[in-house]
Amino acid sequence: MENRLMVTASPHIVDRSSTRKLMGNVIIALLPCVIASALIFGAQALLVIGVTTAASVGFEFLYCWLMKKPNPVGDLSAVVTGIILALNLPVSIPLWIAIVGAFIAIVVTKQLFGGLGFNFANPALVGRIVLFTGFASRMTTWTFTPKMEQTLGAIDAAASATPLQVVDAAGNSLLGQYPLMDLLLGNHGGVLGETCALAILIGFVWLVATKTISPAIPVTYVATVAVISALAGKPVLAELLAGGLLFGAVFMATDYVTSPFTLKGKIIFGLGLGIITCGIRFWANMAEGVSYAILFMNLMVPYINDLTRQKPLGARKKKKGENK
Amino acid sequence: MLKKLKRAALGAGVPHEKGTAGLATVKMPVPAKVVLPMQQHIGAPCTPVVKKGDAVMVGTLVGKAEGSISANIYSSVSGTVASIDNVRMLDGSTVQAVAITTDGQQTVDPAVKPPVVTDKASFLAAVQACGLVGLGGAGFPTAVKLSPKSPVDTLVINAAECEPYLTADTREMLENSETILAGIQAVMKYLSINNCVVAIERNKPECVDLMTSLVKDAAGVTVKVLPSRYPQGAEKVLIEKTVGREVPQGGLPADVGVIVLNVTTVSTIGKFLATGMPLVTKRLTVDGDAVKEPKNVEVVLGASVRDVLEFCGLKDGVPVAKLISGGPMMGVALPSFDYPVLKQNNGLLAFSEKMAAKPEMGPCIRCGRCIEACPMGLAPVQIAGAFTKKDADELNKLCVDLCMLCGTCSYVCPAKRPVTQTMQMAKNFAKKEAQK
Repeated sequence: MENRLMVTASPHIVDRSSTRKLMGNVIIALLPCVIASALIFGAQALLVIGVTTAASVGFEFLYCWLMKKPNPVGDLSAVVTGIILALNLPVSIPLWIAIVGAFIAIVVTKQLFGGLGFNFANPALVGRIVLFTGFASRMTTWTFTPKMEQTLGAIDAAASATPLQVVDAAGNSLLGQYPLMDLLLGNHGGVLGETCALAILIGFVWLVATKTISPAIPVTYVATVAVISALAGKPVLAELLAGGLLFGAVFMATDYVTSPFTLKGKIIFGLGLGIITCGIRFWANMAEGVSYAILFMNLMVPYINDLTRQKPLGARKKKKGENK
Repeated sequence: MLKKLKRAALGAGVPHEKGTAGLATVKMPVPAKVVLPMQQHIGAPCTPVVKKGDAVMVGTLVGKAEGSISANIYSSVSGTVASIDNVRMLDGSTVQAVAITTDGQQTVDPAVKPPVVTDKASFLAAVQACGLVGLGGAGFPTAVKLSPKSPVDTLVINAAECEPYLTADTREMLENSETILAGIQAVMKYLSINNCVVAIERNKPECVDLMTSLVKDAAGVTVKVLPSRYPQGAEKVLIEKTVGREVPQGGLPADVGVIVLNVTTVSTIGKFLATGMPLVTKRLTVDGDAVKEPKNVEVVLGASVRDVLEFCGLKDGVPVAKLISGGPMMGVALPSFDYPVLKQNNGLLAFSEKMAAKPEMGPCIRCGRCIEACPMGLAPVQIAGAFTKKDADELNKLCVDLCMLCGTCSYVCPAKRPVTQTMQMAKNFAKKEAQK
């Protein structure tokens, strides 16, 4: 009994959760999308995902090594960012552009602002937006499998557009006529991860079941889009299944760092996402609004957090003008 | 759902580890020496009323309460006062301590006899004479607690025992349920309180059954079963869960008409009224993976932690890396084996290197789990941010003073950050700034 004793502040036990386990759960949740993208678009999809992920991890390691910061690769957050970014790219993307995207995501958006926990917006999302702006035509060069062309042919649409963009000769949207089963299974044009709604939903169930995310943001986001679509007279189910809505709602809007803390905050965040997405989709000049909606709401998070604090047990109600 | 919108307050699903719940209390032999620090409570330290060489018996007054908030300290053994020296307490303060060499006879002081209690004043005098303090861990003088400034209509008995490992209160219920009821009825009678709720966590079904059948015929006394979710036993949380009232910020339970007493505390009142023996022994749950025979031990106050561990035995080849007085969530890590057992102690845990090791800390990923878990509905991550900026105004807005340091935020943090420790520092900082 003469050995030295360790003296630390309480608590003296902690649970088994870890950042690595949480990120690992997100990676598992992304696997159905990865598999679906390979089944739909072929092996090239896996190459894009592999290269983007490797580049993300590589940039994370290199930056921290150069800056003499501890190596953060073990927390797996760069892997998550890499896979999500890759799933936001079309299969035809030249690999060097994917690598540029990884640089924007990891170095510019994440590390320059202080690394994990300090980025103001979702790194993969900023990577995607920069690529869409900088390489617009290559980012919207969709690949259509013969099966997709068959579907498009059946509804008299040109084989050149994603479901949100399909129009007839007069320019009217044909989204409502796109077979829902094709939307659900991913038999349509789009970026790697967004096409197969079923795979995204499987990932969502995993994330909620493992308590990795709260369902509040995806549910309010999707519900808001559904309500506004119905009010605007759009085909509701097709609006939900097509485009990047589900992928964005499940995997990008739920990023811890760039989403609100409390349930109230998450609901407001989801509402805002839904309103902006519909605003862009229906009344602005773009077919898709998910990424800009998330980016905009990311920037609102500090304000939402301050305005949606919980009421502590027994806290006095603050009077107007009272500072303390 | 609406309540969750206001405050998630999920708490933490801590492991129970209550393997000692089924073990009857064993008495530890009286050690050769006991040390009685004059501060075993919140408030002013006692003044020693004995001097070196004095003979003392079990129940002899050795430290007299000073000021309005204090509690007498009695000799737990019979023997001779060996010295009165200054000792360093765990919080870094220095107080006088009376060391007594025991004679092993445990002769009881003839002055120890049941008190004559007829009304509120004589009842409070008896509680004061018992030297009783809150035995759940806080150590607030019970006589002071029982003299609230506002009218009280409900007595809540805290039998949640939400700390992992600890089963001292569980054993009190199983072994001394009659004195618990006697204590409850005395408090209700002399303080004119008509309602009493005995709150027990669901993970102690045998206690729930026993207490329920015990209070069946006691007017106004009910048993409330709480979920097994840490920290049900935190005073303000307990009041909200049992009577649905919110203790106001900076206020006391009495402000909402409630007094909360720990179950062993109220039992000690019952015992004192029957025997007149002041608080001189304490039941400790001795557990942890370095302990050979985990036990519930009745220890004379002032016995050293070393004596207690020698009595229970340590595993061969498993050196103690961390020694905790209390439970693993809120207990204090002891820097040496030579600390005496105090009134408010209820557990002693000896952890091996493996249990004591803390996982590596990473950056905060802002997942908000600390906010969801905080039983008080605080925002630890934002408090930590305001503390980094040394922004006292912001800390006040975030109600940092409400933090009770229960440890839940640190427990659930996936990045393994010492959130609770930061909360403590932020709380101290805001307090200091307010005094400027």
